[in-house]
Amino acid sequence: MIKHFINLEWKAFTRSASFKVNLALKILMIIGAFFMILYALGLGVGAYYIIEEMVDPDPLKIINQFLIFYFIVDLVFKYFLQKMPIVNIKPLLYLPLKKNQVVRFGINKTMISFFNIWHAFFFIPFSIVLLIEGYSFINVLGWHLAMLALIYCNNFINIFVNSKDRVFYAVIGVLVTLGALLYFDIFDITQFTAPIFSAFYTLPYLAIIPLAIAYLLYTMAFKYFRKNFYLDAGLAKKVDIAETDNMTYLDRFGSVSTFLKNDIKLIKRNKRSKMTIFMSVLFIFYGLLFFTGSIEAYDGPFWRIFAGIFVSGGFLFSFGQFVPSWDSAYYPLLMSQNIRYKEYLESKWYLMVIATIFSTILASFYLYFGWQAYIAVVVGAIYNIGVNSHLVLWGGAYIKTPIDLTSAKKAFGDKKSFNVKTLLLTIPKLLLPMVIYAIGHFAYNEILGFALVAITGLAGLLFKNKVFSIIEKIYKSEKYKTLVAYKQTN
Amino acid sequence: MINTSNLSKTYNNNTVLKIDNLDIPKGQSFGLVGNNGAGKTTYFSLLLDLIQPTTGHIKNNNVLVNESEDWKPFTSAFIDETFLIGYLTPEEYFYFIGELRGQNKADVDALLAQFQDFFHGEILKQKKYLRDLSKGNQKKAGIVAALIGNPEVIILDEPFANLDPTTQIRLKQIIKDLAEKQGVTVLVSSHDLMHVTDVCERIVVLEKGNVIKDLETNPATLKELEAHFASGATVSQEEE
Repeated sequence: MIKHFINLEWKAFTRSASFKVNLALKILMIIGAFFMILYALGLGVGAYYIIEEMVDPDPLKIINQFLIFYFIVDLVFKYFLQKMPIVNIKPLLYLPLKKNQVVRFGINKTMISFFNIWHAFFFIPFSIVLLIEGYSFINVLGWHLAMLALIYCNNFINIFVNSKDRVFYAVIGVLVTLGALLYFDIFDITQFTAPIFSAFYTLPYLAIIPLAIAYLLYTMAFKYFRKNFYLDAGLAKKVDIAETDNMTYLDRFGSVSTFLKNDIKLIKRNKRSKMTIFMSVLFIFYGLLFFTGSIEAYDGPFWRIFAGIFVSGGFLFSFGQFVPSWDSAYYPLLMSQNIRYKEYLESKWYLMVIATIFSTILASFYLYFGWQAYIAVVVGAIYNIGVNSHLVLWGGAYIKTPIDLTSAKKAFGDKKSFNVKTLLLTIPKLLLPMVIYAIGHFAYNEILGFALVAITGLAGLLFKNKVFSIIEKIYKSEKYKTLVAYKQTN
Repeated sequence: MINTSNLSKTYNNNTVLKIDNLDIPKGQSFGLVGNNGAGKTTYFSLLLDLIQPTTGHIKNNNVLVNESEDWKPFTSAFIDETFLIGYLTPEEYFYFIGELRGQNKADVDALLAQFQDFFHGEILKQKKYLRDLSKGNQKKAGIVAALIGNPEVIILDEPFANLDPTTQIRLKQIIKDLAEKQGVTVLVSSHDLMHVTDVCERIVVLEKGNVIKDLETNPATLKELEAHFASGATVSQEEE
């Protein structure tokens, strides 16, 4: 029986859409995975010596202090990225299999997921280093087993939490608050949790407690799904309660409003597109790396423009590069309807412009780092609106990756989106403004540099219609290929 | 209204559709039947310019569909769920299609009011997105959306599949009315010989991409079709 299950899993894995890439990309992916593992190994081995050197002679103490955050972050990652296997069980329901067997298989499957395994690459080398450095074997073993158990506790907690968004956001809230309190020295949660983690080392037999908890959570998860092992209970797809919104305030955009309303609904109502909002918020804070001077390599003056473009353009880049893929699920409809490409594009363009302006306003806290920092953001925004908005739409026209709106997977970059044409288009997106700024900056002063970038941005607006008609031509000439590509969703 | 000439579609030396000549006059209700892989959906996709013909062309009201887009304003279709926008409620979807076809909200509401029976209270005001409706209800929404904006040509691929008997009967009446009373050219494909003979004035049988029968519907048509497909079944049994 197990043989069949494993066979099915293997086929699901090797035949998944993300594996249907050419050999070169497959090799790249394997190399990527290999380096990830290498980094984790390096971290596991190196963490001990780095902490010993730089922070404290007893690295285990420091590690124990931050483990609480480690496990919370782990839970967040699992929530976002780990897919629950329970749903795939459906086709097995009516087959002559024992329900217990199927449920146990579903839960066991989560245990061997990459999200649990990769911790081994940190904890095993770290534990070995501890032994080499003369920590006692029994104590290290106890600590190690406790960590293992806690990772699996997270795994089973995630199974419960996964279907309940509210629980998840509560966890995030707690995490942010604790982090902030720690940062401002108000309340240090680690003071309470660090002794618990150290206890697993000093009193190794305590490891039995997390092991017991993990086992308890396992049986709870098992009972939960065994009880709800019906199509209308545990296996039911979550149905959203629809909210209707006529968005009449958008009517002022005239004929574009038809598409604009749709695009806003698209972003609001789909998991995958909501991620773009999340990304754009992240990008707003990306500039901190540059303007706080925390990374030396970024100290050159033209890096300001680089930062400015990303701070204001997070949404522009993460949304714009996938136009028209956002509409891939119903592309045949659009292609057989009387749509005006110009209005279609214009709606996406307006959306990016609005988001860019909004990000720029939110980013006004950069004034704290001096007027140059914020001017860089504003100038970056002007360049984004004038030049980059056209370029991302142009680049997007060549991308034929269908987007599954309902899943948040693959939100962090998509291999297929990197082709030569889009790569070439990043030159004017990022390098050109940096060069323009550098010319002004070194020829006269920083004000001239900023002014030149802003002027380029404004000049870019003049080419809007030209670029739109080019994109329209691409859409038309690539129509059949695009339709075929979008069909291959799964 | 629709003229097909020398049309063929070939994938890797495998010809999936070959129609030398097929004229569908205005206001005809036209049925396409055939087994799986006969080329029904391929023909409809060519008609909507969703795939390119290998040879030949289709003219829709004298517009070459693979060269001009002028057929779009008077043609509408529901092929499959890729014609639905999953994250919209049915109402939002109807208004969106309406706006694309130059109809305001009141126009769309007036049209929808005629389909209260057809919807059977399961489409409108359900607080559900299209993606969460059942297959049958999705189909109902898609079919009605294809009627928005007074199109002159309506293409429906397998409209009867997944529908309950009551809705099937209502849909048959709707299609008949469109062709007879409003002069709309309706193209329907189906596996259900009974439904097609009930609805269509003319039935074309496709087999492996070729037109092998072109019948004017009369009381004997159903028998003839049944005999034809039954003989296909015995032939393939003999082959095995």
